[in-house]
Amino acid sequence: MLSAASLAQIDHELTKYPPEQKQSAVMSALRIAQTELGWLSRDTIEFVAHYLDMPAIAAYEVATFYNMYDLAPVGRNKITLCTNLPCQLQGADQIAAQMQARLGIGFGETTADGRYTLKEGECMGACGHGPLCLHNNHKMHDHLTPESVGKLLDDMK
Amino acid sequence: MSLNTPDTQICLWTLGFDHPASLATYTANGGYEALRNILAEKTPAEDIIAQVKISALRGRGGAGFPTGLKWSFMPRSFPGDKYIVCNTDEGEPGTFKDRDIVRFNPHQLIEGMIIAGYTLGAVAGYNYIHGEIYEEYQSWEAALEEARAAGLLGRNILGSGWDFDLHAHHGYGAYICGEETALLESIEGKKGQPRFKPPFPASYGLYGKPTTINNTETLASIPWILRHGGQAFLELGKPNNGGSKIFSISGHVNKPGNYEIPLGTPFADLLAMAGGVRTGHTLKAVIPGGSSAPVLPAEVMMSLTMDFDAISRAGSMLGSGAVIVMDDSVCMVKALERLSYFYFEESCGQCTPCREGTGWLYRIIHRIEQGQGRPEDIDELLRIGKNIGGNTICALGEAAVGPVASFVKHFRSEFEYHIEHKRCQVGMSPSDKVGG
Repeated sequence: MLSAASLAQIDHELTKYPPEQKQSAVMSALRIAQTELGWLSRDTIEFVAHYLDMPAIAAYEVATFYNMYDLAPVGRNKITLCTNLPCQLQGADQIAAQMQARLGIGFGETTADGRYTLKEGECMGACGHGPLCLHNNHKMHDHLTPESVGKLLDDMK
Repeated sequence: MSLNTPDTQICLWTLGFDHPASLATYTANGGYEALRNILAEKTPAEDIIAQVKISALRGRGGAGFPTGLKWSFMPRSFPGDKYIVCNTDEGEPGTFKDRDIVRFNPHQLIEGMIIAGYTLGAVAGYNYIHGEIYEEYQSWEAALEEARAAGLLGRNILGSGWDFDLHAHHGYGAYICGEETALLESIEGKKGQPRFKPPFPASYGLYGKPTTINNTETLASIPWILRHGGQAFLELGKPNNGGSKIFSISGHVNKPGNYEIPLGTPFADLLAMAGGVRTGHTLKAVIPGGSSAPVLPAEVMMSLTMDFDAISRAGSMLGSGAVIVMDDSVCMVKALERLSYFYFEESCGQCTPCREGTGWLYRIIHRIEQGQGRPEDIDELLRIGKNIGGNTICALGEAAVGPVASFVKHFRSEFEYHIEHKRCQVGMSPSDKVGG
């Protein structure tokens, strides 16, 4: 189900923990699986659980608890915008309105062409650089301005 | 002494260098000297803990607990495995200092963790990195490889015969994992739901083994303390509040950012350093220590110094040192609405008073903000708050109540105006606001 490269990454994560604590690698394993496949299906979660010798329900609990896992398909570009207070004070509401208008979708929605998903996020721990967003969970774009948002979105293929 | 320069910087002094995060920069400026001395002289753990106690270093993650005392709780002679864990799960709104330590001075954190591991008899350490900062997770792993290649980690560290290793564990989006026992659950590959205490992590921590958990800035301060002595660190700050501290300023200032200055520095000086309040506006209120800290009105804040004791006496908390500045354009109802939504969203759901109560708080504040509040709503908020506080396993419930109680206490008239006039006192009506 996962590529050899993804499995090698999971194997690397396993080296960090005591041999009898393979479950410790589940968060990374789910991240690696999601990065390759785009989202976490039930089959994917079960595969990861099996790979780590843990009950499928325990992996499913983790996948449903942490909010950066996607349990349904998302657009090719998932944009998570922080709207928490410090970012809000620095203009996040305007950026949110602008992104929604430009993409024609609200938070939690995906464009019809499957290119974008927009999500409302919580504090990302970079408030001094706000407003800011995450692109596909792993790339942060900060100091967003009404001028910079259009190009940022257009550059996401 | 010049503020926010290497004179006062404990953790962010590498910022002026071309390659601030590199091992070469760190070692060329005294890095890993403290560790080398300890390993060469086989410094007894008690001596290290004594220096940390003298330094009056207090936990930089929010609680402000004395680090030396916390270290002394660890049963160092316990025969099995023990662990040191660094909490870089920085998700308290307003806080963004640990990310900069990991980005710009990763080796000082690594050295601090190795020294902590040596002192506490640990076999390994984990740094739990906030899910949203994946690039820092990767860069810290690269720094670990650099340290490993230099013989600073792994087997027989620097020829001492002592083995110790460090690893990064990546979160994936859960504020609650900043709570130390939720963080341990998360490293074990489970939902991040806090554990009942006692037992405390020092006796039953990661994998059930004795574990000490410290904040990133706390651990990164350790090499400085051992290189310069606990007394020098103490004298940089003020009694019971040793050292410098990174203050993360966000919101309505001209230059948001991190400023590392001695504890006890007047808030007015910190505000000036951050370029002052947004041009054309006046200061209205400040949350001095991250979103869970009670808000303080401008006039109170302007009379305070930035240290644990002064902020605590004024009825708030220094917390993580995250200073959220709000100017006269801010509707306090709307600001509280956003914070309350955050706690509702992030409650782990384990304890009923928090799981249900944070939702009740948010929905009531939301309807007040929308102009649909009822006259009894303000007292209802306070009543719900009293029923959450003290009735939950961890502090998230109380963290959700702190902002509510303090916003109502200091800005009650704005809430009353919203309810009575069904619109905002601070200019725009709720429906006019962008983002609703």
